[in-house]
Amino acid sequence: MLDLVIKGGRVVDESGERVADVGFETGCIRAVEADLDVPVGATVLDAGGCVVAPALVDVHTHLREPGREDAETIETGSRSAVLGGYGFLVAMPNTDPTMDSIEVVNWVRDRAAERALCHIEPSAAITVGRGGEALAPMAELHREGLVRIFTDDGRGVQDDLLMRRAMEYARGLGVTLAQHCEIERLASGGHMNEGAWSSKLGIPGIPAAAEELMVSRDLALARLTGARVHFQHLSTAGSVSLVRAAKAAGMAVTAEATTHHFTLTDAEVASYDPVYKVNPPLRTEADVAAIRVGLADGTIDAIATDHAPHTREAKEAPFDQAPPGMLGLETALALALTELDLPIERVLALMSWQPARIIGGLANYGSRIQPTAAAGPAASLCVIDTTATWTVDATGGASRSRNTPYVGRTLTGRVRHTVIEGQPIVIDGEAQR
Amino acid sequence: MAERERRITPPFGGVFHARTQVMTPDDIQRAVWRMAHEVIERNHGLDNVVIIGLQTGGVPLARLLAEDLQQIEDVELPLGSLDVAFYRDDIGLRPVLPEAVTDIPVDLAGKIVVLVDDVLFTGRTIRAALDALTDFGRPRAVQLAVMVDRGHRELPIRPDYVGKNLPTRRDEAVDVGPLGVDLGEVRK
Amino acid sequence: MRHLLSIDDLGADGIEEVLSLTDSFVEVSGRAIPKVPALRGKTVVSLFFEDSTRTRLSFETAAKRLGADTMTFSVGTSSVKKGESVRDTVLTIEAMGVDAIVVRHASAGVPVQVARWGTSAVVNAGDGWHEHPTQALLDCYTIRQRLGSLAGRRIAIIGDIKHSRVARSNVLAFAALGAEVTLVAPPTLLPVDIDGWPVVVSHDLDAVLPTCDVAYLLRMQQERMTEALVPTLREYTAEYGLTTERADRLPEAAIVMHPGPMNRGVEIAGEVADRAEATMVEQVRNGVPVRMAVLFLLLGSGSEMFGTRQHASAPSGASEPSEASEEETVSA
Repeated sequence: MLDLVIKGGRVVDESGERVADVGFETGCIRAVEADLDVPVGATVLDAGGCVVAPALVDVHTHLREPGREDAETIETGSRSAVLGGYGFLVAMPNTDPTMDSIEVVNWVRDRAAERALCHIEPSAAITVGRGGEALAPMAELHREGLVRIFTDDGRGVQDDLLMRRAMEYARGLGVTLAQHCEIERLASGGHMNEGAWSSKLGIPGIPAAAEELMVSRDLALARLTGARVHFQHLSTAGSVSLVRAAKAAGMAVTAEATTHHFTLTDAEVASYDPVYKVNPPLRTEADVAAIRVGLADGTIDAIATDHAPHTREAKEAPFDQAPPGMLGLETALALALTELDLPIERVLALMSWQPARIIGGLANYGSRIQPTAAAGPAASLCVIDTTATWTVDATGGASRSRNTPYVGRTLTGRVRHTVIEGQPIVIDGEAQR
Repeated sequence: MAERERRITPPFGGVFHARTQVMTPDDIQRAVWRMAHEVIERNHGLDNVVIIGLQTGGVPLARLLAEDLQQIEDVELPLGSLDVAFYRDDIGLRPVLPEAVTDIPVDLAGKIVVLVDDVLFTGRTIRAALDALTDFGRPRAVQLAVMVDRGHRELPIRPDYVGKNLPTRRDEAVDVGPLGVDLGEVRK
Repeated sequence: MRHLLSIDDLGADGIEEVLSLTDSFVEVSGRAIPKVPALRGKTVVSLFFEDSTRTRLSFETAAKRLGADTMTFSVGTSSVKKGESVRDTVLTIEAMGVDAIVVRHASAGVPVQVARWGTSAVVNAGDGWHEHPTQALLDCYTIRQRLGSLAGRRIAIIGDIKHSRVARSNVLAFAALGAEVTLVAPPTLLPVDIDGWPVVVSHDLDAVLPTCDVAYLLRMQQERMTEALVPTLREYTAEYGLTTERADRLPEAAIVMHPGPMNRGVEIAGEVADRAEATMVEQVRNGVPVRMAVLFLLLGSGSEMFGTRQHASAPSGASEPSEASEEETVSA
C-alpha cells in the first residue's frame, strides 16, 4: 500500500516526460501513473504545476568537515543541498585533516551516515595531503573506502610525471581522476582573471592559460595512459574548445562547469567585494558565452556547484587576502533554469543523471522514475516549481555561511519538495530536520 | 551675501527678480565719493590706511573707494582682497568660489584696515573677515564700509561708513551691481 | 563628493575644482600663519597599513592647516594590531568619532571596502597597484604651474606601469584634462588588455622623448628582478632610463617628473634629477595644498559644488542648499 504520493506533477527523467503521480511504499517507487488513488493515511506532496525529477547530483561540494566547521558542517551543507533539490553530493577532500587516508574517509562516511540529510559520496586526494609529491593509497581507499573519484581539488597536480603515474595507477583500479586545472607558476600571485578588468583594478591576474595548459597536459596524458579523467570547474573558452576537440576525437573524458562560471564575469570584481573571489576566477563575457555553448552542445557533461562556504570574517578581508569560493547548493538549479536557455530535460541531464554517471552510478539513485520490485532501491526525487520566482536574500539559507554572490537576484524555479530515499526531507520549501 | 551666492551659484539660490531700483549707478558713485571723504575725516588723513575688499561683491567697490581716495588726497593706498570662505561659521552650507582670491599686499600690523563690502546683512561675513584678518597681523583698527545696510543683524557688528540704509524684509533680496542697487526677491 | 577613492570619482570637472581650490590653499600655505579654521572640530585619521612617512605627513599637515584634529594609526606603531581585521580597525576608529579616514594599504580595493564598512569620508592614499588619486592631482597641479593647461600636452609615463598605482591614477587624470598620454615600457611591465585605455603604447623611449612635454618617470623596483620582468637593472636603464644623454635630447621646455622616492642611476640619472626641468621638489611641495583642497571638498563646504554630479552610489549627505540659502544663516 502506498504511503507517500507525489501528486499532480509532470515526471521528467532520462526516458522523457509524462504527466504522472509517483507512489512510494516504504521508500521504493511502486507506481508511476496519472491520477493515482491515494490510500487513507498516506502522505501527499502536492506537485501541481511542478516537474518531478530524480534528485540532483553534485560532483563537487565542499562540506568543510572535518576542520572548518565554523564555515559549514556535513549536516548544514547537506541541508542546504536538499533545499536545492540535491540528493547526492561528492564531498571534496580538502578538509583538515585531508581525506587522503582510510581513517579520514571512513570518519566522513560515518559522520554522514549520522548527520547528513542526503547521500554523501566521499572523494579522496590524489596525493598525500594534496601536497603534489606522493601518491595517496588509492587502491586501499577504493577497495575499503569505496572511493571512486580522486582529486587534489583546491590545487591541481603540478608534477607532470606524478600525474602520469597517478593516471596509470587509476586506470588499473578503474577509478576517475578529477582535476582542478591550474598551473601554479602561471597563476602565482593572481587573485582574479587576468584581463582588462584586472589591469584597471590593479589586482594581479590569473591568465586563462594557467587553466588551459593543464587541461591540455592532462588530455595528452590521458591519451597516453588511457585513464578516466574528469575536468573540474572549466572556466575558459579555450578549455571548452580543448575538451570539445578531445571528445570529437573519441576520448572518454568528462567535464563540469559551475553556475558562477556561466552567470558572472570578472566585471563584478570592480566592487572589490571578496564574495566575487573564486578559483578558477570569474572570467570574461566571451568565456561565459563559451561555457553556455559547451553546456548546450554536450562538451560539458555536468553542472557542479563547487559549493565553498567561508565565514563572514574570512570574506571581509582585503580582496587579495580573502579565501576564494562561493556558496552554490541552494541557488544552482534556479540559476540554471533562469539563465540557461535550455529545456528542462537538458538541465536535469546536466544536474542529475549525467553527474551520476560520472561518479559511476549511485545506490538508491535512478535516472528513470519507474516502479521497482519489492526489495528495490529507495528512490530520491525532487519536485521543482518551474515558475515560482524568488529573490536571494542576504541572510537566510541553510548553510552556516552566507558568501553567495547572488544576493538580491530574482530567480525563477524553486524546489518545493525533496524526497531522499523515500523520505520527504523538504516539504514546501522547508527542511524537515 | 545672499545676493552674491545666489548670483554666482544658480543651481542653489534661484534667480533674482528685481522689484525696485533703490540706487542708480550715479547714486553709487556719489555715495562712494562721500564715503571716501568720511574715511579721510575719520582717520585725520590716510596714514597707515589699507583698503581691503571682501570677495566678491566688495572688491569692485573697494577699488572705486581706493581710486576716489587717491583722487582726493593724491595718495595710492595699498588695496587688497579677502576671501572668507574658509572662515565662515556656516561652513557646509556655502559653496566655495574657485576664483575668489585672498591677496593682502602688506603686513597689517599697526595698520588701519577699511573693510569694504556691498551689503551688510546678518554680520556673519564680517565676523569671518575679522577672524581672517588676524592671521595677517594685528591691525591697529578695523573699520567697515558698506554700500547698503539692510538690517537684520545677528551679531554685534556695525558699519562705519554706509552708502545707503535700506530697511528690508528678511525674505527680500538686495543686489548690488554695475547697473545700480535693486531690491527684489529670489525665486526658484 | 563623499569619498575620493579613484580619479574616476572626480571627472574632469572635479579635477578642475580641486586644482582651482589648490590655488587658494597655496596662498594660505604661504602666509605667516598658514592656517584657516575651515575644518575646525573635524577629525581626520590616517590609517596607514603600508608605511609612508612622507605621504602621511603631507595629509596630516594638510588636515592641521585646515584646523582639523588628526589621529594616526600606522603599521609602524602598535595601534594597527597584527591579526585585527581591517574591518574591526575601521569600526574601532569610527567609534571614537572621526570625520574622514585617509587609507593606505598594500591591497587594492581596501579604501573601497573601508568606505563600505564605515560612515566616514574616505580618501585613498594608495591601494596596492590600483590608484593614488592625490598624487595624480598634485602632478596635474605641478604640470599646470610649469606649463599651463594640460590640454594637448604630450605626456610620456615611463617605466613599471603594471605595478604602479601612480600610473593608473595619472592616466585617468591626464586624459580627463585633455592631455595625450603615451606609456613607455617593455611589454613585461605593461598591464594586459589596455586597448580601452586613453593612451598610446610604445616600447621605444628614444622615439618618444623628442616630442614630449612631460617625461614622467616611475620607480623601477629591485624586486622586479626576481620576477623575471626585466633581465637586469642595467638593461632597464639602458633601454628605459632617463640618462644624461637622453635628458639632453628632451625638448627645450619639457619637464621631468617623478613621484618619488627616486632610484638615482636606475630610472633617472642622478644629475638629471637635479636639473631645473626636474619638478620633484615642487611636486612634494604641492602635495599639502592639494590635499587641503581634497579634505576641504570632502568635509568643508565643497560638497554642494558636486551636488549635481554625485555618483549614484554615493549620496551627498548634505542638506538641500536651497532651504539654507537666504534666511537663517545668510551673512553680510
